[in-house]
Amino acid sequence: MNQTTPLTGKAAVLEGLADHPAVKAIVAWNPQALTDAKFDRNELTLTIAAEQIRAATATMQAAGYNFFEDMTAVDWYPASPRFQLSYHILSHSYKEHIRLRVLLEEAEPTVDSITPVWPSADYYEREVFDLFGIRFDGHPNLRRIMMPDDWQGHPLRKDYPVEGYR
Amino acid sequence: MTDVAGTPILQAPVAEGAGDQHMVLNMGPQHPSTHGVLRLVLEIDGEIVVRLYPEIGYLHTGIEKTCEAKFYQQVVPLTDRINYLDPLSNNLCYCLAVEKLLELEAPEKAQWLRVVLAELSRLNSHLVWLGTHAMDIGALTVFLYTFREREDILRIFEAVAGQRMMTSYIRIGGLSMEPPLDFFSRVQAFIKSFPEKIDEYSNLLTGNPIFRNRLKGVGYLSPADAIALGVTGPPLRASGVDFDLRRDMPYSGYEKFPFHVPISTDGDCWARYEVRLVEMRESVKIIQQALDGMPEGPVKADAPKIVLPDREKMKTQMEALIHHFKIVTEGFAVPAGEVYQGIEAGHGQTGYYVVSDGTAKPYRVHMRYPSFATLQALETMCRGRMLADVVAVIGSIDIVLGEIDR
Repeated sequence: MNQTTPLTGKAAVLEGLADHPAVKAIVAWNPQALTDAKFDRNELTLTIAAEQIRAATATMQAAGYNFFEDMTAVDWYPASPRFQLSYHILSHSYKEHIRLRVLLEEAEPTVDSITPVWPSADYYEREVFDLFGIRFDGHPNLRRIMMPDDWQGHPLRKDYPVEGYR
Repeated sequence: MTDVAGTPILQAPVAEGAGDQHMVLNMGPQHPSTHGVLRLVLEIDGEIVVRLYPEIGYLHTGIEKTCEAKFYQQVVPLTDRINYLDPLSNNLCYCLAVEKLLELEAPEKAQWLRVVLAELSRLNSHLVWLGTHAMDIGALTVFLYTFREREDILRIFEAVAGQRMMTSYIRIGGLSMEPPLDFFSRVQAFIKSFPEKIDEYSNLLTGNPIFRNRLKGVGYLSPADAIALGVTGPPLRASGVDFDLRRDMPYSGYEKFPFHVPISTDGDCWARYEVRLVEMRESVKIIQQALDGMPEGPVKADAPKIVLPDREKMKTQMEALIHHFKIVTEGFAVPAGEVYQGIEAGHGQTGYYVVSDGTAKPYRVHMRYPSFATLQALETMCRGRMLADVVAVIGSIDIVLGEIDR
């Protein structure tokens, strides 16, 4: 984990960080679910196939990454796939963060909720639903959290203006 | 009710589940003990809380959206306004994240001064917590005492930054300017007298039977629940999880300062009170170490295309004037990439996730603020307890609505 040179691509990370606990856990679980990987600025990013995210977070939890810290989305409009979800997971024992990344198409921005794994993801998923319009299957209470319930649109999408009337 | 895409929007679960015996009570958003505009929907059976449901968003200002339209350096003043009780920690976390993207390190003196200021900011936050928490429970006097010391800290902030609350003093690449000449003597005078002041608060509260009975055994949170519900900072350590980012994943030179991380295994409101009191004493020790070993040197990184030049140089050097003009009008490009930087702020773990697309404006800035996650644990702590305990528990987790709604 003292490595500082950036690694890009799944093969480079699997080879260069073969001893990393998160990489080892992913390889032992399902290497096919890992679609891309990156090690940049001392941060490990693992891109996971969208349908596997709940299982991937459960794998990470079992591998010692015990604390769900943060989750949010990035809108890469007009690129495709449009949405990126970034899950930041902290390990109290390894004392480091990892980032799981999921890419979603614009047509059907739906992904499994990870609230069964970490109940703390509840508000974060509601926030992403509210501000980006991404749906989470299996979420116990997927309602708007910041904006009023009858609000039209999702303010953090890039095609939503910063100022003025919509 | 359906949303734009036609998907049904669920109603608040409390409203559905209210049986004949239960009453639904609305607390806030203008309730004095909700520390701002927190609204709680409570389902109560007599005086016992059956379910509790926080409704937030009354203070939502869309800061994350605003950030995307600003230059990197223009985001710093926005961060002050998120957690207005701990402004320098916000500045610090944002600047560390952008510095990580730029692969730029602040000079050593700037790092040490950042530690002093972040700890003063933590004391500021804890003093407001102690005053308001005690006031909620009925001990009005302590509020006057803690705000007296908070005033001293705010005066120090005013002296360094020109602003009492919205400091924006920590900038990308260092600090906005050298601290004033009497800064070190003022901080020294403050921390010399402060431990006695903590004793004073402790004398008023620790032995006070009313305060004790209102907090002991109230709002229990087990370590497993604390981790599952995303609780960080003093409430996490009061539940027995020994984790502090300042010690375990040090940033801004915290690894140079030995200090003790208080933990308690009781997990109740009283444990949170005790943990924060010890934390204040430890902050004083960190500030003392930083003052004693303060290195010499500049407070701004040598990166003329990123850090604004000194005013004096701007008036005498053509280069400096050009750089100043370029930074102010065009900003500076930040290499593409994404970073997450976490710090231990007064309320818990703050984190900034900054995504850059290589231009002068951040593509996405997301803030992880501790109160937002900690609020999810409120129901677990209050369920099955009396309504009056809710007020004690809200005070003990120390929420700031500015950072919940952003």
